[in-house]
Amino acid sequence: MATATVAVARPLAGGRRSDLRSIMFAGVLWACLAAACIFLFFVLAVIVQKGVERFDVNLVTRPPSTIRPQTAGVEPAIYGTLWVIGMTALIALPLGIGAAIYLEEYANPRRWYNRLIELNVQNLAAVPAIIYGILTLAFVVRGPISIGAVALAGAIALALLILPVIIITTREALRAVPAEIRSGSLALGATRWQTTWKLVLPSAVPGIATGSILALSRAIGEAAPLILVGATTFITFLPDGPMSRYTVLPVQIYNLVPQDRDAFRDLAYAAILLLIVILLAMNALAIWLRNRYQRRW
Amino acid sequence: MSPVERVSVTTSQPEQYGRVSAPELHLEVRQLDMPSLAAESVMTARDLSVYYGDFLAVHDVDLQFGNREITALIGPSGCGKSTVLRCLNRMNDLIVGARVDGSVSYHGVDIYGPDVDVIEVRRRIGMVFQKPNPFPKSIYDNVAYGPRVTGMKVANMDDTVEHALRSAALWDEVKDKLRQNAYGLSGGQQQRLCIARAIATQPEVILMDEPCSSLDPIATAKIEDLMHTLASEFTIIIVTHNMQQAARVSQRTAFFTAEADEQGNRIGKLIEFDDTAKIFSNPAKRATEDYISGRFG
Repeated sequence: MATATVAVARPLAGGRRSDLRSIMFAGVLWACLAAACIFLFFVLAVIVQKGVERFDVNLVTRPPSTIRPQTAGVEPAIYGTLWVIGMTALIALPLGIGAAIYLEEYANPRRWYNRLIELNVQNLAAVPAIIYGILTLAFVVRGPISIGAVALAGAIALALLILPVIIITTREALRAVPAEIRSGSLALGATRWQTTWKLVLPSAVPGIATGSILALSRAIGEAAPLILVGATTFITFLPDGPMSRYTVLPVQIYNLVPQDRDAFRDLAYAAILLLIVILLAMNALAIWLRNRYQRRW
Repeated sequence: MSPVERVSVTTSQPEQYGRVSAPELHLEVRQLDMPSLAAESVMTARDLSVYYGDFLAVHDVDLQFGNREITALIGPSGCGKSTVLRCLNRMNDLIVGARVDGSVSYHGVDIYGPDVDVIEVRRRIGMVFQKPNPFPKSIYDNVAYGPRVTGMKVANMDDTVEHALRSAALWDEVKDKLRQNAYGLSGGQQQRLCIARAIATQPEVILMDEPCSSLDPIATAKIEDLMHTLASEFTIIIVTHNMQQAARVSQRTAFFTAEADEQGNRIGKLIEFDDTAKIFSNPAKRATEDYISGRFG
């Protein structure tokens, strides 16, 4: 009996070392996670602390003012953001979802042009935002279309920016619908169009919605391309249509931060807080949608 | 009338299924004059070869399917039996690079002919798949899907749905929950729902691709019983891995195997096609006998 105990105990004792190593490794991973969380928490805490003072009704009901910055707000930028993002969605969603349906449901992957399109979509997702700004400046604001520095031009720049993201997330959502569903429908005599429209697309809607909201929330936070296409930094009127001059929240913040009066800086913090609240709300909506409607096949 | 000899084939489920004791299945097989069909032929495949790209998957298959008969396609994995089945309602069209040589005629019309409406082919030649693939819709909408998408003139959809569900021996189990999602059904019920869905488009032929391979023995027995009932109304062609199943349900059996060519590519071939009783008791070919008796495959 005794010998048997020793023989068994030795390998068990050897297990200790690897156990210690895995604890150390887990500790390092926790530290990485903690560093990211602490940083995020610190940023949020500073913004809330400095922004909460001016996070009032004036912020959303008054235009910016150089005369009375203490009671000024960013109302035009809020309207501008709504106009621009609304139009961005109207442009990017049909185009992006349509392109994804073509690539996923119709395109023959053996054809060279389909492979070229796929490769390009992947590449476009990695193009820096400012490039889309330059493109829009050259072709839409000036150049062949020449509509000037209006809200529609900003929406076009942002739509181009998020189009690849929408295409990629929509394709993933479509791909998650099992192939058996499609064969089942086609075997009953349904056309490809009926199969896509009646079965595949409805099943993919939660995934498409989640991806689209995340893409739009990225667009809301963008400043770089809009500065190029002329989101005016200081307007005191409310934009009233696609062809109106405009500004948006990130551009407004970009303009307020370097001002030398403290009142402007307080206003900037309040605007940042507002922007973060909007973004967190959109991301929360996306996560809720995903968890609520995600189908497990 | 030709003289009819009655042959009894009695089989029981293998013991590895454990405590579940499946009912003993008793089946009478009509011994017919050979090799001509007893019934008029509904479908005929002639010199059927299938290529995937440059790869020859199935070579020169000739088959005839008699009206309201059950024909089983059996053979080892990779012998091309499922490929042949998918040719019979042009589901192979959906596989990129698949090409079919030879002809498949349905009541004398080549379904690969230039004027043929694929949608109509698939409506008249229904299909049930290996894994139950109900649509993410209600039970009712699953059954009504085929008639709706093919634009069938249906006097009363409720009656059509009820009739299809009764034919698939599912009505009594689901009549009180027609509006519930089909995913709430058990695997066996889902598969019978898929059969009901196929019946609803009023096909003449039903193709079944290993319809019981994902089901337990009791659900399998129910589907086999159902197939006997359905054979009074439909021509059924079933691919199965289970030789006992072929013996239990079919009147005619086609045995396929894969033979390697000079380059080592495995090409599916039809070895023997005859009455099921003959195939299982006195096969003409050595390869068939080896397979049936378990020496190969």
